[in-house]
Amino acid sequence: MRPSARSLNESERYCVRSLIFIDMPETRAKLLQSLSPRVGQNVKTGESRARLGNLMPSATTTGKPLRKGAPIDWTKVVLNGAMPLAGVLAALAIAGIFLALLKVDPLTAYKSLVDGALGSTFGLTQTLVKATPLLLVGLGICIAFRANVINIGAEGQIIMGALAGAALPLSMPGLPGFVLVPLACIGGFAAGAFWGFIPGILKARLRVNEILSTIMMNAIALQFMNFLLQGPLMDPENVRRGTFLAQSARLPKEVWLPRLVPQTLLHSGLFIAIILAVVVYIFLWRTTIGYQIRAVGLSPDASGYAGIDVRANIALSMTLAGGFAGLAGVIEVIGVQHRLLEGLTSGYGFTGIVAALLGGLHPIGLIPASVVFGGLLVGADKMQRAVQIPSSLVTAILGMIVLFVSGAGIWAKSWAAKRLAGRPQGTEATK
Amino acid sequence: MNVKRIAIAVTMIVTIVLGVAAAPLRIAVIMPSATTDLAFSQSMWSALLTVQKEMGGESALVLKYTDNMFKVPDAAAAIRDYAGQGFDLVIAHGSQYGSSVQDVAPDFPETTFAWGTDVNTFGMANVYAYTAAAEQGGYVNGVIAAMLTKSKKVGVTGPIEVGDAKTYIDGFVQGVQSVSKSIAVAKTWTGSFSDVALMTTAAKTHIASGADILTGSSQSVVGSIGAAKDNGKVLWFGTQADQASLSPKLVVASQVYDWTGMLREIIAEHQKGTFGGKTYVLELAGSGLKIAFNPGYALPANVRKAADTAISGIIKGTIKVQP
Amino acid sequence: MKGLFSLNVLTGVLNSMIALATPFLYAAIGETFAQTAGVVNLGVDGIMLLAAFGAFFVTLMTGNLWLGLLAAAAIGLAMGLIMALISVTLKAEQGVSGIGLYMFGLGMSSLLFKVLVGTVKTVQGFQPVSIPILSTIPFIGPILFNNSVLVYGAFLLVPLAWVVLEKTNLGLKFKAVGQNPAAADSLGINVVAIRYLAVCIGAILAGIAGASLSISLLNLFQDDLTSGQGFIAVALVYFGGWSPIGVLGGALLFSAVNSIQLWMQVLGVNLPASVAVMLPYILTIVALMMTANRARQPAALNKPFDRSEN
Repeated sequence: MRPSARSLNESERYCVRSLIFIDMPETRAKLLQSLSPRVGQNVKTGESRARLGNLMPSATTTGKPLRKGAPIDWTKVVLNGAMPLAGVLAALAIAGIFLALLKVDPLTAYKSLVDGALGSTFGLTQTLVKATPLLLVGLGICIAFRANVINIGAEGQIIMGALAGAALPLSMPGLPGFVLVPLACIGGFAAGAFWGFIPGILKARLRVNEILSTIMMNAIALQFMNFLLQGPLMDPENVRRGTFLAQSARLPKEVWLPRLVPQTLLHSGLFIAIILAVVVYIFLWRTTIGYQIRAVGLSPDASGYAGIDVRANIALSMTLAGGFAGLAGVIEVIGVQHRLLEGLTSGYGFTGIVAALLGGLHPIGLIPASVVFGGLLVGADKMQRAVQIPSSLVTAILGMIVLFVSGAGIWAKSWAAKRLAGRPQGTEATK
Repeated sequence: MNVKRIAIAVTMIVTIVLGVAAAPLRIAVIMPSATTDLAFSQSMWSALLTVQKEMGGESALVLKYTDNMFKVPDAAAAIRDYAGQGFDLVIAHGSQYGSSVQDVAPDFPETTFAWGTDVNTFGMANVYAYTAAAEQGGYVNGVIAAMLTKSKKVGVTGPIEVGDAKTYIDGFVQGVQSVSKSIAVAKTWTGSFSDVALMTTAAKTHIASGADILTGSSQSVVGSIGAAKDNGKVLWFGTQADQASLSPKLVVASQVYDWTGMLREIIAEHQKGTFGGKTYVLELAGSGLKIAFNPGYALPANVRKAADTAISGIIKGTIKVQP
Repeated sequence: MKGLFSLNVLTGVLNSMIALATPFLYAAIGETFAQTAGVVNLGVDGIMLLAAFGAFFVTLMTGNLWLGLLAAAAIGLAMGLIMALISVTLKAEQGVSGIGLYMFGLGMSSLLFKVLVGTVKTVQGFQPVSIPILSTIPFIGPILFNNSVLVYGAFLLVPLAWVVLEKTNLGLKFKAVGQNPAAADSLGINVVAIRYLAVCIGAILAGIAGASLSISLLNLFQDDLTSGQGFIAVALVYFGGWSPIGVLGGALLFSAVNSIQLWMQVLGVNLPASVAVMLPYILTIVALMMTANRARQPAALNKPFDRSEN
């Protein structure tokens, strides 16, 4: 039974609406309970869900309107950074056993891993090249997660974005770059957003679970790309030469993003991603819509009472998530590949989720997290080449790292939470 | 003093020269799937191992590999890294790596790049392109299949209708039709290069609809061969690698990509100082494409004769197979 | 198009449907257990892959299919324990740890295959066993009652899982810790233990799902053998609304449409192959929209339980 929003009068609703943004769980729950027992319960569940799933913006990450003058908890910041790192090290220690079994010296291997990611200009730039799509996809994941929606569909959304990002410039050659680049980006964002909107609206209107629909949408997008690459988008040259390769023609040079360092793949898409990270931060914490999305994520029921359109916000968050993944697809096409081909998504749809969680589901935290995770991916590939292990071991090691980091990250948070909980009420400022 | 200095210099030069002469050739290869796929990647990897053996093992030829590189941006990094390490020959064994080769090759004029399957060297002096005229072996397989089918129904299990999966099957259909227009060739595409379960189901569907001959392409056809084997009466035609080991009684013939001849030539050219600029097409003419008849299957003499006629017809150019 | 509605095609579709649905049933019903207890395991595909390899390898070495099956179950159990440790004890974000488990299984199975086997080989898998009398029923007899042990097992699992979840004390406990762990805890139910149990049952079943591919349906191993079937299995749990019967419906629908689209290709129906391949995915979404399955998900799904917070 869902009590309707009408059971609260105007002033009560206003009260609830303002309370949702107070970052004091106990007080909030108590106040709400006095308003209406049912509302209070709902908010309480929402709150514990948020804390456990790390969805609740903490004092260090929230913007000013929530609580002014909150001191930065440096212990927590350090723990948030250090624990995942410890997870990485633990995973590498265990992976060392596998390396030793394959008669590879683990230390040599790990030296080449670090060397590969950081040891040369090319390695460094490559790390940033990988960080760019991870950051973009992660931003989308972050928005969806804040609305308590899990977007497993980034793979498909990247594909749709890449399709639009390749098809638009190919269909209108001769236009100058300053028209084509924004056109491709907007087109790709829109295509990805459309692919996110479908599961979003299905969830909001028909309660079709987003995990189901996004898994299916990924497969559909992949087949759609296969279809286009077999016909309409296949490079006419490949038909003429009789090779029939599943690739589009090369995009006109005007639409290529400028390369930042010669002889590397580093392109200006990196700046686009970083700027957007700041934009998403402002969007989520400084705008009304951002507030609403987060409120829906914290407690859909309470948000409903407060007059927030829960359905619209769920659909919106998935649409935006899809848009950012779509943009990642465009940037890969116009920044790195300069054409559409199979294998373009590189699993960013999944690794982007990992990067987002590493970054604490915070747009700014995502920037270093994407770089670290990108570096790990680049370094691991280098390790494969240096010590000649099968690539599949690299995949397995990355899997272990993800497992350990996901375990360690939350551990850090519950430790921090316990530390806070151990303090007497009202004495937080003193030691 | 001077004499001593000269002596040292001479010793150094001799060491360097001898060292260079003795330095093994270094080849790196980047492949989209595993070296064990019994298809595209394995065909290249086993060719490299053969060449290595011929040249005298690891002291003469150092081989390095990067497998399962279906992530194109990572492949680009691998190509640049191997070139940067001073490898003599970098083989990008996948048509999706073309743009990467095009990007990297100009920066390493002393390195030979070879990539395929495609025919485009980008007009660069240090890039080879290579491809296989898969339609030719497909045609021969098709001729044999058409003569062996009793139900007049032939099934094709393909992955995605692109590249040599498409050209092989197009050639196969032409081969079947050259024998008899009344034989029905049904095609299925699973939309994936790796989905073995769906490939198996596709093969079973063909068998249930009455096909008694199957063929197909990609690493997932091991499933189709399994389905043929389960049935026990359906014959299989392979491509890319010799697939007889999977079903010794039912595999009639496989079109085999043999890259060794091309590799030998590229290596010889490299040692002479030529680093690229040429396109290799594996064909039945020459030694690149071979039809491996399975000795475990008793092929009737008249069918074998027709197959040989088709092979020599293609080699002479009297039979034209459209890719 | 006309040929599509013949007895031959119907038989073929039903046969393929049963074969294709078998791994989905094991994996998805396993996942139903885990999710009923509140844990989303996105790593099903990884468990399936590693277990498929384990079953294949042990069978190849020993020639004993039951040892192979046991190996698959043991690998499933081990990976289930890892998943439970990380998502129940360490309270990790379950979607992410599942992705980690998937990557681990994908990489490790491919690595072991390369190192221990080296190239594609086949094994003699479980053979069809025809059930006396029943298999002589015209038409449906040979389709339903002439299958391998693992196929029978998959379909028997459906009522079994239903009984466990709906009619036993254990099933009640699974639901309790999935709906309201705090309340379950206050009633003396060991939330952590029950969740471990549910995740491990799910993982063992995912392991058997892998074995059903490598030693019953396909009888071989190849890199990425499952091609994402584990993810489809997770989706089918949502389709089935956390009920084994619903999961059965979803698995049969998905498999039947997949089988029909292959028949459409074989019979030359004029439809691009890529579109045909999309059909099962599209129809699964559409079917869920139409039937409007309003089953509420377990309230504490994807939420770790922390006693100290309640």
